[in-house]
Amino acid sequence: MSFMPKPKVTYPQLPQNALGLTRRDYEGANSTLCAGCGHDSITAALIEACWALSLEPRNVVKLSGIGCSSKTTAYFISGGHGFNSVHGRMPSIATGASAANRRLHYIGISGDGDTLSIGLGQFCHAIRRNLDMLYLIENNGVYGLTKGQFSASADVGTRAKKGEINQSPPIDPVQLAITLGASFVARSFSGDKPQLVPLLQAGIAHRGFALIDVISPCVTFNDHEGSTRSYAYTREHYEEVVHADFVPPAEQIAVDYAPGATQSVTMHDGSRLLLRKVAEDYDPTDRAAALQAIQQHAARQEFLTGLLHAGSGQADFHEVNATPDQPLNALPYERLNPGAQALARTLARFR
Amino acid sequence: MSGTRIAERTADRTNDFVIKIATVNGTGSASANGLLMKAIFRSGVPVVGKNYFPSNIQGLPTWYEIRVTRDAHRARHGNVDIMVALNAETYARDLTEVASGGYFIYDSTWPRASLTRRDDITVLGVPLARLCNEHFQGVRTRILMKNICYAGVLAALCNLDLDIIRTLLAETYAKKPQLVDANMQAIQLGFDYAREHFSCPLPLSISKMDATRGHIVIDGNTAAALGCVYAGATVGAWYPITPSTSLMDAYKAFCERLRVDAASGRKNYVMIQAEDELASIGMVVGASWNGARAFTATSGPGISLMQEFLGLAYYAEIPAVIFDIQRVGPSTGMPTRTQQCDIHSAAYASHGDTRQVCLYPASPEECFYFAATAFDLAERLQTPVLVLSDLDIGMNDWMCPEFQWDESYRPDRGKVLDAEQLAKIERFWRFYDHDGDGIPQRTLPGVHAKGAYFARGSGHNQYGGYTEDAHDYQLVVDRLRKKWLTAAHLVPRALIEQDARCEVGIVSLGSCDGAVREARGQLAARGIHTNYLRVRAFPFGEEVEAFLQAHRSIFVVEQNRDAQLRSLLILETGVDKARLRSILHYNGLPIPASYIAEGVAAVIAPARPTAQLVG
Repeated sequence: MSFMPKPKVTYPQLPQNALGLTRRDYEGANSTLCAGCGHDSITAALIEACWALSLEPRNVVKLSGIGCSSKTTAYFISGGHGFNSVHGRMPSIATGASAANRRLHYIGISGDGDTLSIGLGQFCHAIRRNLDMLYLIENNGVYGLTKGQFSASADVGTRAKKGEINQSPPIDPVQLAITLGASFVARSFSGDKPQLVPLLQAGIAHRGFALIDVISPCVTFNDHEGSTRSYAYTREHYEEVVHADFVPPAEQIAVDYAPGATQSVTMHDGSRLLLRKVAEDYDPTDRAAALQAIQQHAARQEFLTGLLHAGSGQADFHEVNATPDQPLNALPYERLNPGAQALARTLARFR
Repeated sequence: MSGTRIAERTADRTNDFVIKIATVNGTGSASANGLLMKAIFRSGVPVVGKNYFPSNIQGLPTWYEIRVTRDAHRARHGNVDIMVALNAETYARDLTEVASGGYFIYDSTWPRASLTRRDDITVLGVPLARLCNEHFQGVRTRILMKNICYAGVLAALCNLDLDIIRTLLAETYAKKPQLVDANMQAIQLGFDYAREHFSCPLPLSISKMDATRGHIVIDGNTAAALGCVYAGATVGAWYPITPSTSLMDAYKAFCERLRVDAASGRKNYVMIQAEDELASIGMVVGASWNGARAFTATSGPGISLMQEFLGLAYYAEIPAVIFDIQRVGPSTGMPTRTQQCDIHSAAYASHGDTRQVCLYPASPEECFYFAATAFDLAERLQTPVLVLSDLDIGMNDWMCPEFQWDESYRPDRGKVLDAEQLAKIERFWRFYDHDGDGIPQRTLPGVHAKGAYFARGSGHNQYGGYTEDAHDYQLVVDRLRKKWLTAAHLVPRALIEQDARCEVGIVSLGSCDGAVREARGQLAARGIHTNYLRVRAFPFGEEVEAFLQAHRSIFVVEQNRDAQLRSLLILETGVDKARLRSILHYNGLPIPASYIAEGVAAVIAPARPTAQLVG
């Protein structure tokens, strides 16, 4: 994560987004993760998604805790502010930051240790508050920086590199989030960019808390035979149930779907999400049914991916708190200071 | 103050005595106690109120102490002259507490012969329950009225003006006028009974003065909350914990009145009840990083939980304001009793080489004014500021000069570069010392592309980049040290009262102030003259070092067992520790003046008046 500015090379033929920026403008520092790390693929998908959404880089806030996953905030959008906070506490930083300025795009990147062990409490409460943010878990089932201990997302029976078998049941962030009332819950795989990019776009555009749990194999400590988080195992055991295509506000729906196979969800900024059901009997708007399907697959150590739950209508943090449209950090002191006369009136009851 | 005057004062107890009321918590006695205190204050007579309550909702013993003090002392006295004992469970203990010559009032509906065994005090039986049962219906009403009836008894015994009481009730129950008459009826019952059966007033009586004009009666938590509103704080995040909760409650109540946009109904503030103190401080750090004035209120256990984030905020240089309303520790300790026991854990909060700016208010008025000071310092220095109040200041009613607001005040937002400034510079270096004061420049997210940087608690160089380089790391922490030295010039200076001829010094802080001042008067009357320095902030300014060096004998007065202020002075100044003697009070009750006076007098012989003057 050292500071290594990359030389800026301009290719006139590179495609530009609505802001006239190329994908290069959304890159960050060089990754210092292991070669082949799933997290780097996620970073690439994030760059693609932010570029496609034409986000103003300076309005992107990248937040993280501690761990391999939390380092990735440095690897995209160097023109956006980043905050690498303390282990498991990124949600509280995001809460305060969002309270101060509701106009920025908050992207939190965490891992399975950061979210499901040390940070489980803050994760749950950020969902309850329906913070307007994208919360990304780069989930590899293992502690990488401390060399291979099981995390709380490790499956029962999965084998560590040193041979130990995990016997504690995993915590599934997707099931947890759905239970807690999250309105946007997805799961994806770092090796499936066509699925991940539109999910990221939708998650950023979603008003309220959007969770995307991305299975992201650890090539160094959890990519061996007997692991249920290896590339090989993941490819064999994941099943996409709902594919989400993201359609920006001004664009026409270009893809031709068979009638009845898609469901369109309009987001608060006018963009739409076209949900294409891969599994016919899966309904992402039905919370209970979604949970049941996820649990049935989890029992077979398979995971469903795609937009697993899409709710609607929940008031987000700022609506609940009735804050003004203008960010609190931009309110002039004159509007915050009640004045000397009001003080005298206020103190009357203490005389 | 001469010896003869002391004797005279002892003889004349008008406007100079202590009433203590023993009741059961959760029975409504708090309103009667507040009413009595306010009635004395409205009579123009200075008062001190102390509430000794249990960590419990209902059913346990609770006491309220009102010191009537014509000399406007601000500390607890320590003696009790009139005990109103309304809790049979604590009769025995309450009886022993009354000073010789004092009075013991109890509910004689159930007479107790055992209460008459002290012949040096007067026991007055008032059948409060019987009176109220005869005049009121319903169990709940009877209990509530019994607990207001004694106010009438005291009004008669101490010569309190019933018109003042009626006015106060009318203000309190402005929206429920029927309660004024009911309460007044109960008060009149007690008043008439006392007039009929006892010789009223007692020598311990109220005589109207004009010594409370321009003053208010307020607790420190309410004052701090109001200070936060005026300081321009917009984000308050907290986890409920005694004795700090009332600060956040008050902030919310003030904001609902003063910070809601009348036209739109939108709120120009956010209150977040966090899941724990780890989250509340995280929210404050997140909001401050993003440019809002954000704060939290907590107590010792919360400070323990906030240690990790306080280290991050120190090292990543992010403002934060934390009100620590100290209570008795260690661990859960006694949550409803007072102490100054977080001096250490606040000053060096977190692992690694950390040091935190602390403010030590001594009164509600300082809680009010220090709020703006704390935010200004936090933003100027880009670091957490901990305001160490305590339960005594925070939850007890204090008579204070009415707060004033200087309309010319503008928040000091520190070195925050705006879009225009960022557009002009070539590159922004987050942790670089441009000005030589150790304070770097700061940017806020979303303002300008050039301002983007990575905030982190991991090793960083002066440009804002990650580092594990020995030299680059050290450059930054050395600059932080320099910033600390700058802080010592910016924090509120210690207050000093001294006479060059005097060799005995008292150093203290926070809520000890009233007791120290009173003790100095008592000592002076005994021929022991003292100088006084009240520390108001950490880091210590040069004046603290100078005071310590100028005195041969120094008493450090504080309310904890381990002499935390004394240790901090030894660590942070060049004083010879043998010269620092401790006077420590840490049983959970506010320190009384006599305790300090006796502590000093036990060591220092009175100076002969001539020697003192020649010095």
